[in-house]
Order: sequence, then C-alpha cells, then structure tokens
Amino acid sequence: MIYVNSLNKYFQDSHVLDDVSITFDPHITYAIIGSSGSGKSTLLRCLNGLETPTSGVIKIDDVDIFASKDNLAKARSNMGMVFQSFNLFEHKTAIDNVMFALIKVKQLSKEEAFKVASHALDKVGLSHRYNNYPHQLSGGEKQRVSIARTLAMSPQLVLFDEPTSALDPEMTIEVLKVIKALVKDGLKCILVTHEMAFAKEVADMIVYMDQGKILEVTSSDEFFTQPQTLRAQQFLSHTQFKGETQ
Amino acid sequence: MNIDFTRIIPRIPYLLEGVQVTLMIALVAALIGSVLGFIISLITSKKGPLGKLLFLFVDFFRGTPLYFQLFFYHYGLPQVIPGFLPTAYHSAFVIFSINSAAYLSEIFRAGIQSIDKGQIEAARALNISTWDIVMGIIIPIGAKNVLPAIINEFITLVKETSVAAVISVNEIMRRHTIVAGTTFRAFESLIIVGLIYYTITKTLSIFGKIVERKLRYDLR
Repeated sequence: MIYVNSLNKYFQDSHVLDDVSITFDPHITYAIIGSSGSGKSTLLRCLNGLETPTSGVIKIDDVDIFASKDNLAKARSNMGMVFQSFNLFEHKTAIDNVMFALIKVKQLSKEEAFKVASHALDKVGLSHRYNNYPHQLSGGEKQRVSIARTLAMSPQLVLFDEPTSALDPEMTIEVLKVIKALVKDGLKCILVTHEMAFAKEVADMIVYMDQGKILEVTSSDEFFTQPQTLRAQQFLSHTQFKGETQ
Repeated sequence: MNIDFTRIIPRIPYLLEGVQVTLMIALVAALIGSVLGFIISLITSKKGPLGKLLFLFVDFFRGTPLYFQLFFYHYGLPQVIPGFLPTAYHSAFVIFSINSAAYLSEIFRAGIQSIDKGQIEAARALNISTWDIVMGIIIPIGAKNVLPAIINEFITLVKETSVAAVISVNEIMRRHTIVAGTTFRAFESLIIVGLIYYTITKTLSIFGKIVERKLRYDLR
C-alpha cells in the first residue's frame, strides 16, 4: 500500500498540493483527473520522489520513501514512470534506451539485456524500430519506447504522467491502445490523464483533484455517473462531450 | 626587398623543437583543465556556497590577462611566500591549466544546461545512479552540444602558450626571439613560426570536425 499523509507542496508562493492524504492500493488502477494546475502531476511526481514535498509523508508498506536514499531507490525499483514528453535518451537508439537501465541498474549482461529489451519493444509493437534514434521516431512511437523502457524493469506499478498530452489524436489512440492492453494483461498503474473516456475504461478508481486538494476518491462507475461534489459535476459537464470510449 | 632564408633554414630544427614544448604545455593544460573544469562546472551548475566561491574564482581567471596571471604566479607570489620558487615550466603548467579550467568550466556548464532535464528525470525514475547519469547521459549529450566550443578553446590554448615566452619557457616564440636575435632575420623566422602555429591549429580543427561528425547522432 502507498500511504500519502498530509502532503503539502509549494512552488514559490503557489500552494500546489494542499494537505493531500490518500491511500493507493497497488492492486488497483487509479486515474487522477482534474483541470490543469490542480496538482495531479505534482502528486504523481512526489510518489517516486521526482518532486520533494514541502511537508508530509509518503510511505510504501511502512517504508518512508523520503527518509533515506536507499528507501527512495527501493521505492523506485518497484515503480516505473512514463512522462508526457517521453524523455527518451536522445543519443541512444530505441533498443539502447531500454537496455541502459537493465545493464546499469539490473546489472544484466548485454545479451540478457538485449533479450529483455527486445521482448519489451515487441510487446509495444516496435520490433521494427530497434535501431532508430528518438529523432527518427514519431511521437506515438517515442511514447511506446518509453513505455517499453519502463516495463523492461518489471515494476509492480507504473505511473503515467499525462502520457498522451503531447500527441495528436491519431497517436493518442495508438498509445492508449497499448496502455489498455497492458492493463488488461494485469499491469497496475496510476494515471494522470485528460482523456476522460480512457480513464473511465481502464481505471478502477478515480481520484478527482482541484486546486491542490483531493475532492473525491470513488469507483470509476460511480464518479462518471454520479459525482459527489459540485466541482466534479461542473468539471465533468465541461469535459463529457469528449464522448464515449474510443 | 631584403628577404633571405639561407640563414634561417639551418635554425628550423631548433624552432621545430619548440613545437614539443608548446604542445606539451597545451596538452597538460587541456587535460588538467578539462578534468578540473568539468568538476567546477558540476559544482557551479548547482546552487550552493561552494558554487558561488568557484564562480568568483572562474570570474577572476576570465577577467584578467593570462600574461598578468603568469607574472603574478611566477614573479609575484615568490615575494610573499618564502621558499616558493617555481620553475618557468611549473608556472606555465599551473597557470595554463587553471586558466583553461576556468574557460572550459563555463563551456561545460553551458553543455550541462543544454541537456533537457526530462532525460535526467527519466534516468532517476529508472534508479540509474548519479555516476551513470553523468557518464552515460550528461557527458555524451553535453559533449555533442559543446564540442565546437571545446575545440575552439583548445585552439586558443595552443596559440596562447606563446605567452609563456615572457617567463622564458623555451617554446616556439621564445626560440624565435633567440633566432631573430642571433641571425637578424626576424621576418623569415616569423614566417616559419607562423606556418608552424597555423599547421598545429589547422590540424586540431580538422580533427575536431571529424570527432564532431562522429558525435552527431542527430544527423544519423
């Protein structure tokens, strides 16, 4: 279990996370939604220590992830992350992007790393792109390499930080398809997304945030049919026209 | 016109021996300067008291002439530090190394800043150690971005070693002074010296272009 307790985060004067407390069950897939600037990405980035909260505690099974470097490393080894802007290593080919951490962190030999990496790339449909550099790939392909890079480390949980926000509609569908397939295969994740239909389809639970606070944590079905707070109702009425599942 | 190379030709080997000295100073300064400059750039890239202190140091070495720095170290310091009597080579090695460290650190700092922070975050999220991030991501990407500036700095360094003549290091320009003084053929000697310097710097810049082509993964 991931326990988030009274998390606060300030960037200069803006109060990005306002006393956030929540418990994530790693056997369940969550979608964190809310308008831009609601703090959802910041919350996600705190979970694996890319952002250090101003105050508050995050514990994973009683291990305080900010208590020591080792604790944070342990947390990260079970948690992958996929970014909005892909963040592929620009000087490495697709296969080398995936192999880098396998060799440096998991200490695999080159041959073993290649096996794992090629398997991961095949899984996201990129068996023909091993030797391409990021600048030779489309946005959707880059994001799929980045997903493969994360999956290759076999994390128990993957954090997706707006994985399709930098993509055009066509590529968005392509990447969402991959994520849906992975979730169907049993991958657990916490997603920050603006794709409501997607959130509704893949997430078991919805975390609704507004102005740095968590307003609702409810099952996906319930949230989209009968949101509890007025703010969530307004939010949904503004976004619902995005329509049904792709 | 009064041009006569006959008295200079026998002295060419003597001038050429200066190439060794010039290159040795440049090479030592480039090596030590690179390592030192890289460490400084890592520290000044982060905010902190040590970074600010090092920045002052860098600023001083960039803000005063090399000529002054050599004199200060070679003739100034021995007066206030008892028993400190550096040889000409010692002073040249130290000052050229520190001076190029100062310039290179700024180039490296620009290189580090040119790297998209997202890639470093991705590496951190993958648990890749700081050492591996520096060696496997920051250096290769940064090197590509700043290589032209580094080569430029090395070329400048080769040319500036000529200043070491003023503390009588026996490099090319110092030898020229001696040759010109004994043969009274300054013009001819200078022609040879100019050609020597130009050959060295041209070789360096061609070498730089080759390395640059190898590093440009974005052109593959």
